[in-house]
Amino acid sequence: MTKAHVYKRDHVNTDEIIPARYLNTDDEAELAKHCLEDLDPELVKKLQPGDVIVAGEDFGCGSSREHAVWAIRGARVQAVIAKSFARIFYRNAINCGFYPIESADAIDKIDDGDDVEIDFESGTIHDKTNGEEIPFQPLPDFALEILQDGGLLDHITKKAK
Amino acid sequence: MGMTITEKIFARASGHKTVTPGQLVDARIDLVMCHDVTTPPAISMLKAKGLDRVFDRDRIVVTPDHFQPPKDIKSAELHKRLDEWARRHEITWYYKLGRAGVCHALLPEQGHIRPGELIVGGDSHTCTYGAFGAFSSGIGSTDLAAAVATGKLWFKVPASMKFVLNGTLGPGVYSKDVMLTVIGRIGTDGALYRAMEFVGPVLAQMSMEARMVLPNMAIEAGAKNGIIACDEVTKEYLDGRLKDTRPYTVFESDPDAEYYSVDEFDCSQIEPVVALPHLPSNTVPVREREGEAMDQAYLGSCTNGRIEDYRIAAGIIKGKEVKIRTMIVPATPTVWRQANDEGLWDIFYDAGCVISAPTCGACLGGFMGVLAEGEKCISSTNRNFVGRMGHPKSMVYLANPATVAASAVEGKLTDPRKYL
Repeated sequence: MTKAHVYKRDHVNTDEIIPARYLNTDDEAELAKHCLEDLDPELVKKLQPGDVIVAGEDFGCGSSREHAVWAIRGARVQAVIAKSFARIFYRNAINCGFYPIESADAIDKIDDGDDVEIDFESGTIHDKTNGEEIPFQPLPDFALEILQDGGLLDHITKKAK
Repeated sequence: MGMTITEKIFARASGHKTVTPGQLVDARIDLVMCHDVTTPPAISMLKAKGLDRVFDRDRIVVTPDHFQPPKDIKSAELHKRLDEWARRHEITWYYKLGRAGVCHALLPEQGHIRPGELIVGGDSHTCTYGAFGAFSSGIGSTDLAAAVATGKLWFKVPASMKFVLNGTLGPGVYSKDVMLTVIGRIGTDGALYRAMEFVGPVLAQMSMEARMVLPNMAIEAGAKNGIIACDEVTKEYLDGRLKDTRPYTVFESDPDAEYYSVDEFDCSQIEPVVALPHLPSNTVPVREREGEAMDQAYLGSCTNGRIEDYRIAAGIIKGKEVKIRTMIVPATPTVWRQANDEGLWDIFYDAGCVISAPTCGACLGGFMGVLAEGEKCISSTNRNFVGRMGHPKSMVYLANPATVAASAVEGKLTDPRKYL
């Protein structure tokens, strides 16, 4: 089961996602131990591989630290679904090959603990607990290309060949 | 159709005659800023991908600043990785040891920021450099790796929002109050993905140091960049300071350039303000919260850690004793030296303040004034998110340097105007 961890809040910022007291390392496994620690200290204990995080507007605002994406990815979160993303977080996520899902309705339709399934092809989130089908805006083609190549550096290496 | 300054810079950097908002471009980078937190991972990525090279060793500026000097073993390891890389690639502008400072104060001060250029840096406040009529934006480590290795990045040309700053600033009111007022009006995502262009007669009353505060905090409104056209004040600041002395290009927005929105502000009406926890947009006049007890005052950062800020603060603190822990954290070695020469350190020392070496320090909760549970800090910095300066249950109040100084003297939130 893919469990949704829902935070009905806007502006979840990078200081909450990975506080600066842990920025003295870039080790993903280490960062993952503190994923969203200042928002929900219990989250790391609750997370199962493949779970998703759902939040409101402007997710990831603040610092340019890519450590925020690494902490989430390192905690084996499958995706973050937000009403909107802050610019640098969004770009970092794509560059890391981590799909940022923008959905206007997810925050209202998915309850904390729901079992969800994401269909990236069709751009749909299926909430198996309440039966809702929630569409999301698929990434633009150029971003999908970066994502499919495994991130920006692999993408530019491939293009250079 | 005319173009804005931001669009003109993208057109130039991407080899197009014109560009329009929303257009994807591959742009050449003129300058890349690197520091100790986001660059070491970028270096590791480049090594792992077999791309360990730099596009131009003269166009990369390196300064450790976040945990400068290293605060613990792990941050010392980050410094070591940065140092090894900068030396190996013979980076021309590597500020190390006693020359390192808070990047966004250091690069303009040392003459690395040129009008009309396209600048990126591995730090969200890289938008600061827009004060010089440059496009400048913060990026993460992967983008940084790509920029350092190839000198190019993809961008979506942002739409521009115009902020017209009318009137004159009253006593005790500074550019920080203007910017907190702007963010308070439009919100922390009010400029998401867009350029914030500042114009208006108030700019003529501001020095370059004061102006830098406006684009510096553009990221606090979600913006991609902040920008102010290069004028005589800019040119005078740059004169004799620029490391690259070739002529630079001054771009101006066309009269028929298209803006996403135009917001006017009567700055004569702005009072000293404070952004309450936990968003930079929670702006209220200081007088509405006067008397709220503080535990610490912090004067520093890329926002307000420059010489003018310490002159303002020293003017208020002189001859008095601070009632709360007060941290003086100058942004660069030059600021430190100048404050020392002007006798400001004596004033702060006599008042009972702590004076530190240049560092980002506790602005981001690193060290040098980290907060305990429940503590409140009045700060000249830029962010007041949950846990920003320490314990997740500590609180940060953002204000101008005069308000921070007055509050340090009284130990509680204080409108600085009575001390002027």
